[in-house]
Amino acid sequence: MKVLALDTSNQTLSVAVMSDDQVLATTTVTTTRKHGAHLLPIIEESMQIAKLKPADLDRVVVADGPGSYTGLRIGVTTAKTLADTLNIELVGVSSLGTIAANIMAENQLVAVLFDGRNDNAFAGVYRIQNGMPVSIIEDQHIPFEKLLPQIKALAEPVVVLGDLDAFKERLKTALEANLIQYPIELSLPSAVQLGRLGQRQAPVSDVTSFVPRYLRLTKAEADWQKQHPKEDSSHYVEKV
Amino acid sequence: MERNLILAFESSCDETSVAVIENGEKILSNIVATQIKSHQRFGGVVPEVASRHHIEQITDCIDLAMSEAKVNYEDLSAVAVTYGPGLVGALLIGVTAAKTVAYAHDLPLIPVNHMAGHIYAARYVKPIEFPALALLVSGGHTELVYLAGPGQFEIIGETRDDAAGEAYDKIGRVLGINYPAGPEVDRLAHLGKDTFSFPRAMDDSQSFDFSFSGLKSAFINTVHHADQIGETLKREDLAASFQQAVVDVLADKTMRALDAYPVKQLILAGGVAANHGLRERLDSELTAFSDVEFLKAPLKLCGDNAAMIGAAAYVSYQLKQFGDMSLNADPSLEFDWIAS
Ligand SMILES: [Zn+2]
Repeated sequence: MKVLALDTSNQTLSVAVMSDDQVLATTTVTTTRKHGAHLLPIIEESMQIAKLKPADLDRVVVADGPGSYTGLRIGVTTAKTLADTLNIELVGVSSLGTIAANIMAENQLVAVLFDGRNDNAFAGVYRIQNGMPVSIIEDQHIPFEKLLPQIKALAEPVVVLGDLDAFKERLKTALEANLIQYPIELSLPSAVQLGRLGQRQAPVSDVTSFVPRYLRLTKAEADWQKQHPKEDSSHYVEKV
Repeated sequence: MERNLILAFESSCDETSVAVIENGEKILSNIVATQIKSHQRFGGVVPEVASRHHIEQITDCIDLAMSEAKVNYEDLSAVAVTYGPGLVGALLIGVTAAKTVAYAHDLPLIPVNHMAGHIYAARYVKPIEFPALALLVSGGHTELVYLAGPGQFEIIGETRDDAAGEAYDKIGRVLGINYPAGPEVDRLAHLGKDTFSFPRAMDDSQSFDFSFSGLKSAFINTVHHADQIGETLKREDLAASFQQAVVDVLADKTMRALDAYPVKQLILAGGVAANHGLRERLDSELTAFSDVEFLKAPLKLCGDNAAMIGAAAYVSYQLKQFGDMSLNADPSLEFDWIAS
């Protein structure tokens, strides 16, 4: 299976072209803030190096959230448009699970956190089983102070990855010897791991309705739903 | 003649649109998914909500545009997209999707200025003849644009404060009319009379710039004052007085621009170009310019749509003005000012 995998969900932009589990080309950039400008040129170059044409692809795999809303939309729009226009398979993989897949130790618990502002985190906890991260605490947007006791209650050594600047000290204090820290490179998403996960997941059945997993409503939408709890929100966009 | 087919994208604000255009003049399909009902909940466009709707709609619009036009990707000559001005998150969906289709099928990519698109909506009435002058009036823009030749757009005047459409929305709110207020104010205006004589910013200076903030403030003050003394003003007359003032300013500056820049055509375009009061007024003023042809964008193409982007893109195609895969959204993209 020829696969293009891409992750633009955060600061890191990562692209891989694979033939089954063999990596043909991969590029990971951490310095760009313009994913919109850089993603397609990097895809184009990676495909050239891999000596593949777009029509050769069988499947596109994208990290579909959580993450930066704009970043997610650039990745998901590219992936769903490519799948739609080439009529090939599309798979969405958790951006948190993608990073957890950097850890290979069997049975190891891995918590991945992104900073979700105002002391919230986008977070998920995984266990590595048969080389694949399996969700233990589902991906969610959660106040860090609520998440921490849940991780502690697992009462097991846990590798913590992600954007940890805001959380590191409290993790140390709460988890003590159960906190396992790894070099910072392991917190970077890799499209190679993404491609590996995406080849083992069923493709989406409807490319057209595929959207990022933001895990958070917009403030306008949340306020509206509070005031109009019974209103059906499915008919707001119409073709004219 | 070889059949030129352009797949065009537009997503700069609250409409997701994809069209297939033949030879820059024939609409084979023009799918428009509007989010108006969603944003009406919030009294105006919420950018993050707009971006989320665009990504829900984009591939569905592509598929519909292709199937309705009965064409395959091998039939296409190019892919075109609005890259600015507009909401950056909204623009990004169209730009990203257009680039992806262009890459996937090895097609040239044509970046289109949204305002050039509005002007080229008039192309569906008849070919544009140069030099031409365009009065562009929309929710976000009010400007006079000089077109010396194909692909040449220069601003000779623009609004110094609110765009005309923006002023409509603001006074609409005072009248309890939901966004977008233009069509309803236009309807009310036809039932009322200009009894309030609101101020018109039409100084005698040589400038072709517009200003609507004084008018807007006068309107709001009049309504608030009446509220305070418990008086009810006739909504139809308020609407008629407001619209008359807007139309006076637009018509006055446009006629002065026609004096200063002799052209073959005057083009009226943009969302507010659907306003009946404005269309009728310019019709009657233009009788004084017998050698200027008046080209009004078709009513159905005044709002944002991809057909207009495809028409503008055909000009760029002939001029070989292509973009590459690094094309990015430019939310504050503008035409240059005319060299004086
Ligand atoms: Zn517009």
